[in-house]
Amino acid sequence: MPSIDTRMSEGRQGSDGEPRGGLLVAVWATLKRDLTLLMRRRSEVLNPLVFFALVITLFPIGISPDPELLATIAPGLLWVAALLAALLSLDSLFRSDYEDGSLEQLLLTPQPLAMLGLAKVAVHWLLTGLPLALMAPLLGIMLALPSGSYLTLAFSLALGTASLSLIGAIGAALTVGLSRGGVLLSLLVLPLYIPVLIFGAGAVQAAIMGDGAAAHLAILGALLALSLMLAPWAIAASLRISING
Amino acid sequence: MGKIWSFIHKLGSPKWFYGISARLMPWFWTAAVVLILAGSVWGLAFAPQDYQQGNSFRIIYVHVPAAFLAQSIFVSMAVAGLIFMVWKIKVADMAAAMMAPLGAAMTFIALFSGAVWGVPTWGTWWMWDARLTSMLILLFLYLGVIALRGAFSSRDSGSRAASVLAMVGVINIPIIKYSVDWWYTLHQPATFSVTSRPAMPMEMWAPLLIMVLGFYCFFIAVTLMRTRSEILRRESNKRWVREIAGEQG
Repeated sequence: MPSIDTRMSEGRQGSDGEPRGGLLVAVWATLKRDLTLLMRRRSEVLNPLVFFALVITLFPIGISPDPELLATIAPGLLWVAALLAALLSLDSLFRSDYEDGSLEQLLLTPQPLAMLGLAKVAVHWLLTGLPLALMAPLLGIMLALPSGSYLTLAFSLALGTASLSLIGAIGAALTVGLSRGGVLLSLLVLPLYIPVLIFGAGAVQAAIMGDGAAAHLAILGALLALSLMLAPWAIAASLRISING
Repeated sequence: MGKIWSFIHKLGSPKWFYGISARLMPWFWTAAVVLILAGSVWGLAFAPQDYQQGNSFRIIYVHVPAAFLAQSIFVSMAVAGLIFMVWKIKVADMAAAMMAPLGAAMTFIALFSGAVWGVPTWGTWWMWDARLTSMLILLFLYLGVIALRGAFSSRDSGSRAASVLAMVGVINIPIIKYSVDWWYTLHQPATFSVTSRPAMPMEMWAPLLIMVLGFYCFFIAVTLMRTRSEILRRESNKRWVREIAGEQG
C-alpha cells in the first residue's frame, strides 16, 4: 500500500507543477489517514461501545429488572447512554494530532481547514456514531424495548450522532490545548446536545406509540443540516485558537 | 456618518472608554437606583393583588427582569465576542469577560425566584417546566463560557475561545428553547400554567416595566464599572494608567 505522502503528491502534481485538484484530494487523504490510524488503535474504537453496553447494564441493576418499567424508560436510557459514549470518545478526536504536530500541518495546508476538520469529524462518526447506532437495537432487546421501534432507534441514533460529532468537535477543538480538557469538554458540549437528545429520544417514543416518528427524524435531519453548515467554521476557528495559544 | 464612525473607533481605545464611561456611569447608576426603588415600592406595596395567586404573584417583579437580563446578557456577550474576534477591539472582550458572571448570577436569580414562586403556585420547588428547563440550560452555558475562559493560561487564547463559545451558544439558545418547548408540550400535560392568567391590568404591568428598565440600567452601570477596573488591571503597565494611579496616591 503506497504511503499517504505519495498519494497526496500524486494529486498535487499537475502538468505544470502547480497544485491541482487540491481540496478533494486533501479531504480524501485526511479521511484515509484518520481511518487508518483509528483502525490501528482498535481499543479506542471499541471503548465507547463497551461503555455503552456497560452503562445500559447499570440501569436495570440500579432501577428495577421489571420489563414493563424498563420498556417505558428504554428510549431515553438508550439515547442518553449513547450520547455519553459519543462524548467519551470526543476528547481524543484532535488530541493525538495536537500532540504529534500534525494539526499544525493541517493548519498550514492551502486547503480550507473547515473542510479538513469536517473530514476528521466524518471519521469520528463512522467509527463511533455509526457503530453505536448499529449496536443500540441489541441493547434495546435487553431493555425490553417494544418491537417496531428498533429500526427508528438505529436510524435516529445514526442521524443524531452525526450532529453530536459535529457539535462536540467544536468543544474538542476548543479544549485540545488544555492539559485537563476532558471534564471541561463535557461542560461545554452537553448543554448543546439537548435538542438532539429531545428529538432523538422523541423519535423512538413516537415509533413505540405509532405516531409521527418521521416528524422527529425530519427535525433531526434539519439539525444535522444546520450543524453541517455552521460547525465546520467554528471547528476551524477553535483549532486556530488552540494551536496559537 | 463620519462622527459615528470616529465615535466607534474611539470606543475601541481603552483610555477613551475609561474617560467616557466615567461620565456615563453616574447617570446609569442614578437611573437604576431610582427605577428599581420606584418599581419595587409600587409593585410590592401598591399594585393590586392577583385574584388567583394573591400576594405571591409579586415575585414577578424580580423574576421577570432577572430572566430578561439573563438572556440579554448572553446575547450582548456574544455580540461583544464577535466585535472582539472581527475587529480585535480589546475593550469588547473586557466587557464580555465582566458580563459573564453577572449573567450567570441573573440566571440563577431567575431560577431561584422561579423555584420559590413554584411553591405557592405549583405546590413544589421544581417542575420540569419548559421555561425553567431552558433557564437551567442557559445557566450551564454561562458556566461553560466562564470555565473555558479561566482554563487557558494565555489570556488572549482564553478570550478568543470564550468568544467562539459565546457565539456558538447564542446560535443554539433559540434552538434549545424551541426544542424544550416542544418536549414539554409532548411529555407533560400543562396542569398548571403561569401564562394562562388573564392579561395583567395596567397597575400590575407598569411597575414591572419600570423594574425591567431599572434592571437594564443596573446591568449597564455594573458592566461599565467592572470594565473600568478590568481596563486598569489589563493596562496597568501603560503610562496613562500609572498617571491615574499616581494622582490618587
